[in-house]
Amino acid sequence: MQIPLSWLKELVDIDVPAEVLADRMTKAGIETTLTYIGVPQQHIPGIQMPPSDHLVWDRERIKLGRILEVKPHPDADRLVLAIVDYGADEPEQCVTGAPNLFEYKGIGPLEAPLWTVIALEGAEVWDGHSDTPKRMILKGRPLRGIYNKSMVCSEKELGISDEHEGVILMHDDPGKPVGTPLQDVFGDVVLTVELTPNLARCYSVTGVAREISALLDKPLRMPSTHVMMAGPDISQSVKILIEDADLNPRFTAMLLMGTTIQPSPEWLQRRLKLIGQRPINNIVDVTNYVMFESGQPLHAFDYDKLVERAGGIPTIITRRARPGETVETLDGQLRKLTTDNELVCDTAGPLALAGVMGGAETEISDGTTNVLLESANWHFINVRRTMQQHKIATEASIRFSRGVHQAQAEIGVRRGIELMRQLGGGTVSSGVMDVVAKPAPRIAVTLYESEIKRLTGMAVGIKQAANILVRLQFDVTLRADSLVAVVPDHRTDISDDPVIGQADLIEEIARIIGLDNLPTTLMDETLPEQWSNVPLEREEHTRDVLVALGLQENITHRFSTPEAEALLIPRGAAGRPGLNVPAGADYVRIANPIQPDKTVLRHSLLPNILNAVRSNLRHTSHQAVFEIGSVYFRVAGQQLPDEPSRLAIVLAGPRQPDHFSRQAAPSADFFDLKGIVEGLLRGLHISAWSLKAQGGPSLHPGRSAAITIDGSVAGHFGELHPLVARAFGLPADVPVMVGEFDLERIQNAVNPLYGTAPVPTTPPVYEDIALVVRDSVPAGDLHAVIEQSGGDLLRSARLFDVYTGSSVPQGHKSLAFSLVYQAEDRTLSDAEVAAVRKKIVKAAQKAFDAQLRG
Amino acid sequence: MLEKLESVYQQAQAELTEIRDSAALAAWKSRYIGGKGAVSQLLRGIGGLTPEERPVFGKRANEVMAALDEAYAAREVLVQDIEMAADLEGAALDVTLPGRQPAMGRLHPSTQTLRRFSEIWAEMGFSVYRSRDVETDEMNFTLLNFPPHHPARDMQDTFYTTDPDVILRTHTSAGQIRAMRELGGGGTKPIRVVLPGMCYRFEQITNRSEAQFYQVEGIAVGHNITMSDLKGTVAEFARKMYSPDAKVRYRASYFPFTEPSMEIDIECFLCGGEGCSVCKHTGWLEIAGSGMIHPVVLRNGGYDPAEWSGFAFGMGPERIAMLKHGITDIRNFWANDSRFLEQF
Ligand SMILES: [Zn+2]
Repeated sequence: MQIPLSWLKELVDIDVPAEVLADRMTKAGIETTLTYIGVPQQHIPGIQMPPSDHLVWDRERIKLGRILEVKPHPDADRLVLAIVDYGADEPEQCVTGAPNLFEYKGIGPLEAPLWTVIALEGAEVWDGHSDTPKRMILKGRPLRGIYNKSMVCSEKELGISDEHEGVILMHDDPGKPVGTPLQDVFGDVVLTVELTPNLARCYSVTGVAREISALLDKPLRMPSTHVMMAGPDISQSVKILIEDADLNPRFTAMLLMGTTIQPSPEWLQRRLKLIGQRPINNIVDVTNYVMFESGQPLHAFDYDKLVERAGGIPTIITRRARPGETVETLDGQLRKLTTDNELVCDTAGPLALAGVMGGAETEISDGTTNVLLESANWHFINVRRTMQQHKIATEASIRFSRGVHQAQAEIGVRRGIELMRQLGGGTVSSGVMDVVAKPAPRIAVTLYESEIKRLTGMAVGIKQAANILVRLQFDVTLRADSLVAVVPDHRTDISDDPVIGQADLIEEIARIIGLDNLPTTLMDETLPEQWSNVPLEREEHTRDVLVALGLQENITHRFSTPEAEALLIPRGAAGRPGLNVPAGADYVRIANPIQPDKTVLRHSLLPNILNAVRSNLRHTSHQAVFEIGSVYFRVAGQQLPDEPSRLAIVLAGPRQPDHFSRQAAPSADFFDLKGIVEGLLRGLHISAWSLKAQGGPSLHPGRSAAITIDGSVAGHFGELHPLVARAFGLPADVPVMVGEFDLERIQNAVNPLYGTAPVPTTPPVYEDIALVVRDSVPAGDLHAVIEQSGGDLLRSARLFDVYTGSSVPQGHKSLAFSLVYQAEDRTLSDAEVAAVRKKIVKAAQKAFDAQLRG
Repeated sequence: MLEKLESVYQQAQAELTEIRDSAALAAWKSRYIGGKGAVSQLLRGIGGLTPEERPVFGKRANEVMAALDEAYAAREVLVQDIEMAADLEGAALDVTLPGRQPAMGRLHPSTQTLRRFSEIWAEMGFSVYRSRDVETDEMNFTLLNFPPHHPARDMQDTFYTTDPDVILRTHTSAGQIRAMRELGGGGTKPIRVVLPGMCYRFEQITNRSEAQFYQVEGIAVGHNITMSDLKGTVAEFARKMYSPDAKVRYRASYFPFTEPSMEIDIECFLCGGEGCSVCKHTGWLEIAGSGMIHPVVLRNGGYDPAEWSGFAFGMGPERIAMLKHGITDIRNFWANDSRFLEQF
């Protein structure tokens, strides 16, 4: 909301610079920024403000003037000579082409006063003809033969608005003598306040002035609510019927007869423009003005149209809409209503969407002479729902939907009808039609001094607390160690619950004192019991191991689409995307997706990370990345989905970065990925795991594996199926290795109490053996047999060569192992080593028909 | 034979003095004193000598072998010296050529920031509690004092799911009630936890806003916890996170689940409070929203607000990383461009 400082100053004495005021308000919870009109920005030590590049009106050279006469230019039809009195001995002659001066051209000295703004030679103004903001200094020069060194200004040239169709002309007395520096006439600072939902009471000039009054401890001057009433009693002219007291606790109305619709006076128009409203006519302008002044929205009906509809004395009925009912609102829209919508009606049907927007049929027109002014109170949540349902936000509904106290209704109607009378003439009917269907509760909160200390940590005396609350217009009764505060009738945010009500008051006290003034302490409490978060620790350890293995962590969006996930399954293949997806699990579907590629929460980490890898491969050949994060399974019978954690790993491109000294490294393959998986399991001290060939439909059937821990699948990894790679738009010439793992299953297998072996002190014996087996024998199985049959004396067996070729039989391969024999307590003899080797060869022979080679 | 031996001996000695590199030295060794060398060859021919000649020849052959071994050892030391000198004086590397880069792994910047957060809060006695992403409307809003349809709900644009009352959490505060109920022993035990996690807002994805972001919520509930403690605790965090002399400012604010509420700013560390584009010329950077836990929320967590009090605060690691490292586009965080990530 925008509020001119000049308006605030009518309601409260502000004896600090605007910058200090904005700073105090911001710290008290009302975020305030400043816009300057003509006056300089002040630099206050300790307060940083964004530098403003507005035009500061030169006090000596930009002044209030009065046009005495408009003479024709002897040599130019499109120019005139404005003779301007600006308080100097001699009037100034300005050559100007302002179109709005032409009606005065050549009619001799003006009889009615016509005020304007004059800028004298040397003054800085905005260039009115420039499309982009550009400053210029007025210099004397001849204009079509007549020397000119000054000008009458448009609003644009002064930086008030973009208006440059004509110069500023005023018929109403601006209240200052000619020659007054313009800064002292229209110079102003406009406060833009950001209001959080708890500050409903501040949606008006009075509301903000009230806060300032409390902050600066200056009295508040409320606008008068006196009304000159001379007409017959209003009860003879209108009746009011409220059907639903919850939705419409109060309805007030007053009647103005015989008024004239005309433009508002200039001061009111200027003020409306400053707060961002467009002046329309005196009646509509007053409803806006009073709403901004008091916070109470008003609605003006053309009374005669009501009478016409009713065929006599109208009855205003407020009620819920009936199913299928419609109303045409002021914006020309025909609104289809539901029973949740509250309406203002008469006996002939709906007139307005209550608290949100008036109806077209009974609105004020140029011919209106009798005005019925409505000032009602509506339930804030109902108004908010109607706004959302019909997607309309009006100044009135914004206020009602945040909560307006019903006491404001009478203040608004009185203030409004009197201003209308003053501006348009006419007679106000006697009395206020005032129906209170549901009175507002009177809330009194008892606040204990000890409670202030308990919550803020600051000792605030009960008298100081009382003083602050009085400044905020609470009605306070002081006791020894407590006070009773009756909530003023503009607030709807103080609870009648004793504990909550106290907290509400303490918040007020703390923010008026200023949070910077509270002590700064550390908790003086025994430390609550500490506990370790094992899953988190293991997750972080997993990250560390993967980083040590050379992988870059990725974090992708957790949104996806079923279609994007379906790309993981090659066309024609069975299976569903994701790992360990519970049977029947569905997606968590977003009801209001922000983008078409974010309609569900993911089942798999792979689609998003593969997309990231694809983008990266456009500029970087080596990719080795992982992501740890949740997937989401909507499971029947549960309100909330399962959110298990997954780990994804992707490798693509050369396994080593390029270097001038060597040939480009080959692309990462299955064994690079397997090495990382093994490294991870080793790093986590997981030993009980096994692999089986083929890792699911997304992977190459011959170059993938599934990993099993404790009998359940904990992940699958391998080369991405070429059809899947193609579906994700990955380059065909770079094999992509992917893995997805069930993090819980992996973490549950971590043994934090893993054992260690002593470092051996005896010499090892090294020996290589090569065994020839059929091609179908898995190397891992042979390795297991070697390790098992080697017993305690075989310290390790490492496969170092796989050979097929002329020296082994067709359909066979030679697997060569490097063996290390070692006893913990002695040096092994040749005979002991030979015996172990014999056992190994025999076991391999028995298990796989293996033959010792060479 | 003996003459032959002497001549071999002469020749070997003569050759040895010319040798200046280890390859030639090794060749010399195998030619003369190796198992198949000239001296051994001659020794093998000893059978062709007369019994009288044999001991004489054998003795002399062994003397020659020993002498050559000794000469070899001496020459070896010399050759090594010569070679080392040549190596040290030889062609130097162009040290400005690029090094071989090992494939290096890194943590995502958000993880790095989250870890730093958890570390600092752990030092102050806060354990980590992780809550869920998909939440009930009740946990995310109603129990946190956002009644249904309350205007405060306008502050957070929400992702709804097709299941009624199931939403994506808009803030980690959604885990507050769960933490209090799970750890508070039915309102009998004090707690101190931080809740890190991914949050979601229905916001257009631009350089300034994302549909998902990390948040870290912290809560402390006890018998004797005050707003002054909140100030001191967050100031301590700021000193550890930013700099030992970080200046902190407190502004009143509004969150439905805290009362009184405050925003916490630190003096802009980029301009030292002088005003710059990052702090929008205010000299201050917003780092946390906070406040005393609202009595309604304490009650919903199982605590009697007349007896217990507590504070809560929330902060965003992405925002803090952006401020610290001059990141101007928040979309970088989930785009995973390696050219962005490798800078952390
Ligand atoms: Zn700055």
